[in-house]
This record gives sequence, C-alpha cells and structure tokens, in this order.
Amino acid sequence: MPNLEATWKEASWGGVVYEAGNSVEYITGGWRSIRPVRDMKQCTHCMICWVYCPDSAIVVKDGKIVGFDYDHCKGCGICAQECPVNIKEPHEHTGQMGNVIQMVPETEFEGW
Amino acid sequence: MTKATVMALDGAKAVANAMRQINPDVVAAYPITPQTEIVQNFSQFVADGLVDTEFIPVESEHAAMSACIGAAAAGGRVMTATASAGLALMWEVVYVAASMRLPLVMSVVNRALSAPLNIHCDHSDSMGARDAGWIQIYAETAQEAYDNTLQALRIAEHPDLRVPVMSMQDGFITGHGVERVEILDDDEARKFIGIYKPQHSLLDVDNPATYGAWDFYDFYFEHKRQQTDALSKAMPIIVQVGEEYGKLTGRKYGIFDPYKMDDAEVAIVVLSSTAGTARTVVKALRQKGIKIGLLKPRVFRPFPAQELTEALKNVKVVAVLDRSIAFGAMGGAGPLFLELCAALYAYGNGRGPQVVDYIFGLGGRDVVPAYIERAAQDILHIAETGERGDMVRYLGLRE
Repeated sequence: MPNLEATWKEASWGGVVYEAGNSVEYITGGWRSIRPVRDMKQCTHCMICWVYCPDSAIVVKDGKIVGFDYDHCKGCGICAQECPVNIKEPHEHTGQMGNVIQMVPETEFEGW
Repeated sequence: MTKATVMALDGAKAVANAMRQINPDVVAAYPITPQTEIVQNFSQFVADGLVDTEFIPVESEHAAMSACIGAAAAGGRVMTATASAGLALMWEVVYVAASMRLPLVMSVVNRALSAPLNIHCDHSDSMGARDAGWIQIYAETAQEAYDNTLQALRIAEHPDLRVPVMSMQDGFITGHGVERVEILDDDEARKFIGIYKPQHSLLDVDNPATYGAWDFYDFYFEHKRQQTDALSKAMPIIVQVGEEYGKLTGRKYGIFDPYKMDDAEVAIVVLSSTAGTARTVVKALRQKGIKIGLLKPRVFRPFPAQELTEALKNVKVVAVLDRSIAFGAMGGAGPLFLELCAALYAYGNGRGPQVVDYIFGLGGRDVVPAYIERAAQDILHIAETGERGDMVRYLGLRE
C-alpha cells in the first residue's frame, strides 16, 4: 500500500514504484459518482458483467457473483448497460424495474 | 597532471571523442544541423568497433529521447545529441527524462529555431528548455565542450542528483570551428568518469521497479518538489567535479569564469563563444586603463543567482548579452538578463548594479569586437551619468 502521507522527502524519487503487482493496493474508486448495485435475489450469475467490467471489479467466489470491488470500480456503468436479466420484481435497492444491475448516485451511500 | 594528446578538432568532433571515451551503453540520436557531425563521427566509432555502444538511429528526436529514457531506466549509461528543431521536437520527453530522474547527458549544438528557416547559432533552442528540469552547462570553446561532456556525466550520475545534463556549444562557431583541443588519454578519461552503478534497473527482475507510473494529485506535487530540491543541491557538486577535473587536466571549472573582475566598475555578462570575443575587447579597454571586466556564466541551470549577485556587487553597470529573446517578457529581454535582474533584486539587498540587455547574434548574425566595444562604451556612459536609458538594446541589428 503506498504511504499516502509520505512527505516530499520520503516519496520515492521520480515516482518509481519498487513493489511488483501492487496496483491493486492503490485505491482508484474515489472518482466514482454513481455506483452499480445488484439485486442479489434476481441475479442469475450469468457472468456477463464479469466479462465486460474493464476494471476487474466484479467479485466472484465459487462461480457466483458476490459483489463489486468498490475500491477500484469507477462507476462507468458498463455492467448495468450489459446486464441481460430483466427483473420480474422491482429492484431491491432502487424499487425500479429494468436490469439486475442498476446505477445509483454515490450520495445515497454512507460517507456522503 | 596527466598526459594528453593535442588534436585539431572542431567542437562536434571533440564531443564525439568524449563520447568515444565514455563508451555509453546506448546512444539514440537523429541527425540535425549543426549537431549532425557529433552523431556522424560517433556512429563511425561504433562502425569501427571502437566502442561497445548500442547505437540506435531513430526516426525522430522525440524517438531519440524516448529510446534514451527507456535505456536509462533499464540501467544504462545513455547519451544523445541534438539542436534547434530537434530539441523542440523532443520537448515532451525532455521533461520526462528529468522527471524520472534519469542521468542522461545530451549535447546540444545551439541553433536558432524556425521560422523563418535558419541553421545558424543562437540560444533559443536550449533557452526554451531551461525550465525542463535539466542542468544546463554552456561551453565557450571546443576544449570546454569536450571537458564539459566528461564532467556532465559525473554530475548527472551523482547519487545525490540523478538529474540529466544538457551540455551546450555554439552551432558552427564552436561546433564546426577547428581549434586546438587536448584530449585525455582514454584510460584517464574512463577513470575520471568511473563505472556507473544505476540505482535501479528495469532489467533486474529480482528487484522489479516501475518507471513512469500514474502520479496524480496525491504524489505529483511531492515529486516536483524533489526535482527542485535536487537542482538546489547541484551547484556544489558541479564545483567539486570541476575542481577534480582541474587536478587531472590543469583546467579547473567552476560556476562562471571571471576575467578582470576584481576592480571592475562595469562588466559584460555573456555565455558561450561570444565570451571569447568579449574578452579581447575587455583586454584592449583595460590597456587603456578602463576598469571593465567580463563574467562568463558556465552554468545556467541551476541559475547561480547568489554567486552572480556576489560577483557583481561592486560593479556599477552590467551589460548582459543575450543570444535569444524571451518573447513577451519584460522589455522583450533575453533569459540571461531576466534571470540576472531577478537575482540582483532577490539577493542584492536593494543595492547592486544597473543592468542593460543587448540582444545579439540571432540566427547566426556575426558579432564583431566593435559591437561589444559599443556596448562597453554605453555602460561606461551610464556609469558616468547614472542614466540608464533603454533597458533592452540590439547589437548588429540594422536599425
């Protein structure tokens, strides 16, 4: 994890990164203004969102989608756009009809 | 003092010979007048097997600097050379080299920027790159161009700096003018520059490092502060390397070269080859009993603000000779004048000389002693009357 409190005297010269494979530790989800929210009951785990996500932010465990990596999700909305499952009941978070994955403003969540 | 070979060389061949002795791991370059002769001669050394260098004849100067950056990040000792439009085309990556703290050395043979098209000497190319984060050293003669090339490597690679160095000489005047040049024995030159131990290498798979990664509002500012810190530490290292070189060769180098400055009441400040012309004028005026001196800055970046202020503190009037214009700057002056005025204001405690600027030699316009003598007469008149008159003037311009 980069030390975000490092002063100019402590930061590495020229921004050289010394550890390999550590980009996952750099939190980039802060840009997001809208976030994808999944209706967990109506999701068919078809994995279309996992295929399309450009930031590998769909978290899968034992062949099932378990959620989003909000530390790295930029809120681009591709997963919600590509989600092929039309829900039968209103979405558990938004109350709207449409797809299993729907985009919700960040202001509705804790921390705002 | 060590053994040296005296040769008749122009400035470009002198630098090519320094590069041969340095034997860099990688040289990536593109030909451009009047720098071509450096790369042409160096590529001959490569073809003749006199160096082990991987020579990359790239498709442009942007590619040249890009290849140099990659090679330096891989841990190589890397050099290149350019001029004028070539340096301008490199622009983006010139900043990248400094910002990644890669100790490259680039030889610049000063030439005017277009348009209209001109291949002759002025300093608009390297002066345009003065804020890119590189150390800048200017040579008066072919000898200095050779000496500075060897020293530039030591300065750039110093573990406290790791800042790239641009080593300048005047296009055609120095670059193509044959002079007497003392070349060190190859072994002595190599001993002086030493073996380069890079801090990291992209090729070191056991200790991986990433260069040029994402650097947002959370770290970029800190990295810029580091660069300005490095340049603030460069001056004593430049002096130390210059002294060491002096012990080896008898030619000691410092921040600037003063001539008859001890009791000077007026002074001329000028970079590069024109300092030679100015020295003959000062010498002649001294013989008439006129208390005039000459100050030739060698290092322009970092700018020796305190050192120049101190050196000029007892002078009444200074004539700065600028071989480029900072268009739109105060009075349409040149960069040397602007920096010197700022220095005198910041460090002069409200005292210090009057300063006038003379723009000269643009696009290779010849500078004859009579022009410099006119400037000398002007500043003597200002010293006598206290009236400065025009702040920015022109030498050799049809008016």
